[in-house]
Amino acid sequence: MALDTSTDAFVKFDRVQKSYDGETLVVKDLNLEMPKGEFLTMLGPSGSGKTTCLMMLAGFETATHGDILLDGISINNIPPHKRGIGMVFQNYALFPHMTIAENLAFPLEVRKIGKSEREAKVKRALDMVEMGAFGGRRPAQLSGGQQQRIALARALVFEPELVLMDEPLGALDKQLREKMQFEITNLAHNLGITVVYVTHDQTEALTMSDRVAVFNDGRIQQLAAPDVLYEEPENSFVAQFIGENNTLEGVVREIQNGRALVQLDSGDLIDCKPVNVSAPGQRTRVSIRPERVEFHKERLSPDAHLLKAEVMEFIYMGDIFRTRLKVAGNDEFIIKSRNAPDQVRLQPGETIEIGWLAEDCRALDA
Amino acid sequence: MTDSSAHQPMIAADGLPLKKSLARSLRREKTRALLLIAPLLVFVLLTFIFPIGSMLFRSVENEIVSNILPRTVVELENWDATSGELPDEAVFAAFVADFVVAVEEKNHTRLGSRLNYESSGMSSLFRKSGRKVAKWNPETDGPFKEKLIKTDKGWGDPETWAIIKTHSGKYTNGYFLNAVDMQRTQNGIEAQPESKQILIKLFLRTVKMSLIITASCILLGYPVAWILANLPSRSANLLMILVLLPFWTSLLVRTSAWKVMLQNQGVINDTLVWLGLVSNDARLEIINNQFGTIVAMTHILLPFMILPMYSVMQTIPPTYLRAAKSLGATNWIAFWRVYFPQSIPGIGAGSILVFILAIGYYITPEIVGGTEGVFISNRIAYHISSSLNWGLAAALGAILLVVVLVLYWAYDKIVGIDNVKLG
Repeated sequence: MALDTSTDAFVKFDRVQKSYDGETLVVKDLNLEMPKGEFLTMLGPSGSGKTTCLMMLAGFETATHGDILLDGISINNIPPHKRGIGMVFQNYALFPHMTIAENLAFPLEVRKIGKSEREAKVKRALDMVEMGAFGGRRPAQLSGGQQQRIALARALVFEPELVLMDEPLGALDKQLREKMQFEITNLAHNLGITVVYVTHDQTEALTMSDRVAVFNDGRIQQLAAPDVLYEEPENSFVAQFIGENNTLEGVVREIQNGRALVQLDSGDLIDCKPVNVSAPGQRTRVSIRPERVEFHKERLSPDAHLLKAEVMEFIYMGDIFRTRLKVAGNDEFIIKSRNAPDQVRLQPGETIEIGWLAEDCRALDA
Repeated sequence: MTDSSAHQPMIAADGLPLKKSLARSLRREKTRALLLIAPLLVFVLLTFIFPIGSMLFRSVENEIVSNILPRTVVELENWDATSGELPDEAVFAAFVADFVVAVEEKNHTRLGSRLNYESSGMSSLFRKSGRKVAKWNPETDGPFKEKLIKTDKGWGDPETWAIIKTHSGKYTNGYFLNAVDMQRTQNGIEAQPESKQILIKLFLRTVKMSLIITASCILLGYPVAWILANLPSRSANLLMILVLLPFWTSLLVRTSAWKVMLQNQGVINDTLVWLGLVSNDARLEIINNQFGTIVAMTHILLPFMILPMYSVMQTIPPTYLRAAKSLGATNWIAFWRVYFPQSIPGIGAGSILVFILAIGYYITPEIVGGTEGVFISNRIAYHISSSLNWGLAAALGAILLVVVLVLYWAYDKIVGIDNVKLG
């Protein structure tokens, strides 16, 4: 998908700021552009401003400063009911006094769509989420997953081009959540709708989205495709927030040919890829994914720097082994190894040597 | 488990049927629970159920005539009240015999007032005759027919005896008939004379005004409850104190305050005159009539409407309104189609509370109601404390109770009592 759509973005946040109390900014200078048909997730810890952004897009909050554009038109002064944006709420917000069919017919009724057409559309929407037989029930008679489907169908039944979802799967159990993740992405791609999805669950964000915007402290920390986000985090917040991550702290000694030599606080030297560092002497936080750490020396390049590690704990997790090490003073250092027939099970108390490819070890901001 | 076990009762480990075992093990707990509530149960029984029961019984009880005039009642059975002739000597002799005993025990005036409810004049007839008849000897001074008629012409009127006979039963529906503007005569049940027909009108007025008061409370209370439920909790608590403030002031003070506000030379009239909206010689009559009662009672009962509405509205998450708007509904449609239906249980609970309180209200109509704005309860109070016709008061109270129960039942049929929530 072409991401360079600065000229004809479907959704555009232009220097948007939001403050509730006039003293602190909840959203600080937000700039975001989305092409039509994209599935974009706003991911971040609670209080990071992601839900506020969604509410501003839906029209329930007004931007303190800046413009929000939908299809090239500023929607700052358009009330929510005229924006034509579908929305799925955290607790579904299905109207308890109406049947499922009435819930679905509601957006069509207020749009004054005729009865026969209305019924056809409701039926089509129900069939789409495989809930065709439930039209006569009340929301309270449905399970959480079924309510979720209905909420989705209701947000889609009036055929909006943009659908917002505010942590829609938060209340479901893990299995159902995974199933619904798959269904929602499929539906969105089949219908060609643009989706803005808010969650604090990073797995959900990675598996569902075309692009993920990681929010923290009212700013987008990084906006990228899931694989880029995971493998090439641009700062230590993103590295920490997305996936499991090991950090080691130290000082840059030299930068040469796209390699940085970092001296850890323990005195050890390691090779890194410089990301947020530019000059020797800078403090840095080095980030490395647990599955990229290698302790089979023969698989590493001969000139790689090695670190001594003490095995603290071995956890058998079925498909993988998760081993906690003490490395350079950090006893929360995790490595993951695949459960293969020839895989070594490390014993607590054992001392080993670990290393990694320099590209996998990113020197980020301190 | 064998097949037969499906038909036989389950057996516990000690060999007893499971049901029996369970009952035994629960008995201790049940006894303790009963003992815990016993004080309340006794209290309610003694101070509530029993007095109400005895009050209701009073509305049909009529032993006074047959107790005070036992022999007369027996003799009157042989007399045809519709014949237009006086009863014979035997009745008069029996009456004098009863009457002398009654005067000795000072019961004759009580009987006089009882029969006075049915026909005015009976009370003075009994009182006057009492003094004279007391000196007679029932054994030797007969015959009494002429003698009694001589003491008072009233005894020569067959009507007097017809009334005694008509109301001689141990139980009577007379009070209930009176309560609905009817009366019991020797010719059966008849309507009261037009001039005495007041109670049905009062009942209808009470119901009508209670409905108006309930409706005004809904109209005034709904927005307040909505604001309370949607404000941040700090400001909501402050506003809640304002709503509850009337509860902490005496009812009498509040009602008197309305008297000050609404009277002819009161605050409202003075202000209107000062503003030039009303001329000084045409001040508004807004007290001592129905308007005054409705205004004062709406104010006094408003908290009873706001509180249940508020607690129901608090449970309606704001996301419903947002969802409706995101689906394309205007503010009004979102409110009317989504918010309002969910707040109906609160309106129902508040309405039942206000209506039932209003229909039995006494103090406020008494003070600001004048003659046009009084309720049936004021009539009940009058019969309890002034006319001392407790039987009629009890009958009126019983009818009021039935009216409330019928309306409650109707509400259940139309709206459904499950649809009432206090929060």
